[in-house]
Amino acid sequence: MAENLQVELVAADRVVWSGEATMVIARTVDGDVGVLRGHAPMLSVLTDAVVEINPAEGPVVVAQADGGFISVANDRVSILSAHVLLAEEINVDEARVELEKAQGMLGVDDEAEQRIRRAEARIRAVEKAH
Amino acid sequence: MAVSLREYRARIKSTESMKKITRAMELIAASRIIKAQQRANAAAPYARELTRAVSAVATYSNVDHALTTEPASPDRAAVLVIASDRGLAGAYAANVLREAEGLVAKLQAEGKSVDLYVSGRKAEAYFKFRNRPVVKTWTGGSDQPTFEVAQEIGSTLIDAFLAGQELGAEGVHEVHLVSTRFLSMLRQEPQAVRLLPLEVVEGEAKPEPGDVLPLYEFEPSPEQVLDSLLPQYVVSRIWFSMLQAAASELAARQKAMKSATDNAQELIKKYTRIANQARQAGITQEISEIVGGVNALADATAAND
Repeated sequence: MAENLQVELVAADRVVWSGEATMVIARTVDGDVGVLRGHAPMLSVLTDAVVEINPAEGPVVVAQADGGFISVANDRVSILSAHVLLAEEINVDEARVELEKAQGMLGVDDEAEQRIRRAEARIRAVEKAH
Repeated sequence: MAVSLREYRARIKSTESMKKITRAMELIAASRIIKAQQRANAAAPYARELTRAVSAVATYSNVDHALTTEPASPDRAAVLVIASDRGLAGAYAANVLREAEGLVAKLQAEGKSVDLYVSGRKAEAYFKFRNRPVVKTWTGGSDQPTFEVAQEIGSTLIDAFLAGQELGAEGVHEVHLVSTRFLSMLRQEPQAVRLLPLEVVEGEAKPEPGDVLPLYEFEPSPEQVLDSLLPQYVVSRIWFSMLQAAASELAARQKAMKSATDNAQELIKKYTRIANQARQAGITQEISEIVGGVNALADATAAND
């Protein structure tokens, strides 16, 4: 059995991060889930939130995912999402503006809630990374 | 003679500027194709992981989903044709359209009515010219497709398919996809595949019917996981075909423009030869006229003496 988890964080158009990690934390629709070595096979739906990866070496990787899935089997973890942004790729000011805009649209636009969730997740991701 | 010489010179000039244009298009296609190939390669992990996840659910759970159920009597089919926005890519668009026509004919022979969904202006124009109704078209950016467009196409087709599950509704019972597969820079192949209902290729070993399934946890539930997994799987397949089609289009364009440039070069050579011949013929005639005139003058002077 491998010492560490094999993690792949994959967006629709690229591999965002891949490598060995000791722990992965993601938020599913049922709540936060932490994955360590030897986790039971699992397939779960993610919500728009922050994904945290503790790599075997180096600092914690924080990313924001717009929904998607986490799948765990045989110490392989793959996180799939249409859009994934690493914390260092996120523009906080832009996210704040987006959050305000979306809050203004609440009740008018059906997508406002989702936009709020995504913008908040982005801001949280940046805050966590620091 | 002089007139035709001028004509030839004009023709050489216009062929030369045509050659410059085709050469530029060849270079543009050549530089873009690398990027298109990289995008197709970058999208491969997502498609691979998604396929793995779908096959895990299909293998380890006994849930049936609307998107995988075969309709009892399919008599309406949707065909999505992915072609290019622009021409000048050799037989690229024609090949896809021919494949699509073949599929439509086959479906109609099976007694199914066909709804067309089209991506790319070339395909749109083709069906419009033949007065064939098209349900929906997406145009623009066929050589640089975006994921958003793939998502939109995917949700449109899934909605149509789900509507077809209800009896008597205006929907379709199966969805086919016609696009071009990128095999290499020199080979692109049009292909037709059935998108819905999904045939899940099962990567992991299928358990025996009597076996107890391993404990694969699905959160919140297998149904809900499939509910959001399968549409994404469909979108990812469309997205992947769009990227392949884009790479194929550029490769086909590069090849077509390369032969156009070569042909222009040949033409210029030929015209230059004819022009030189015409020029030489003009000079020869002028000389013989002068010589003839001198001779006539000399004869006249000799007769006077």
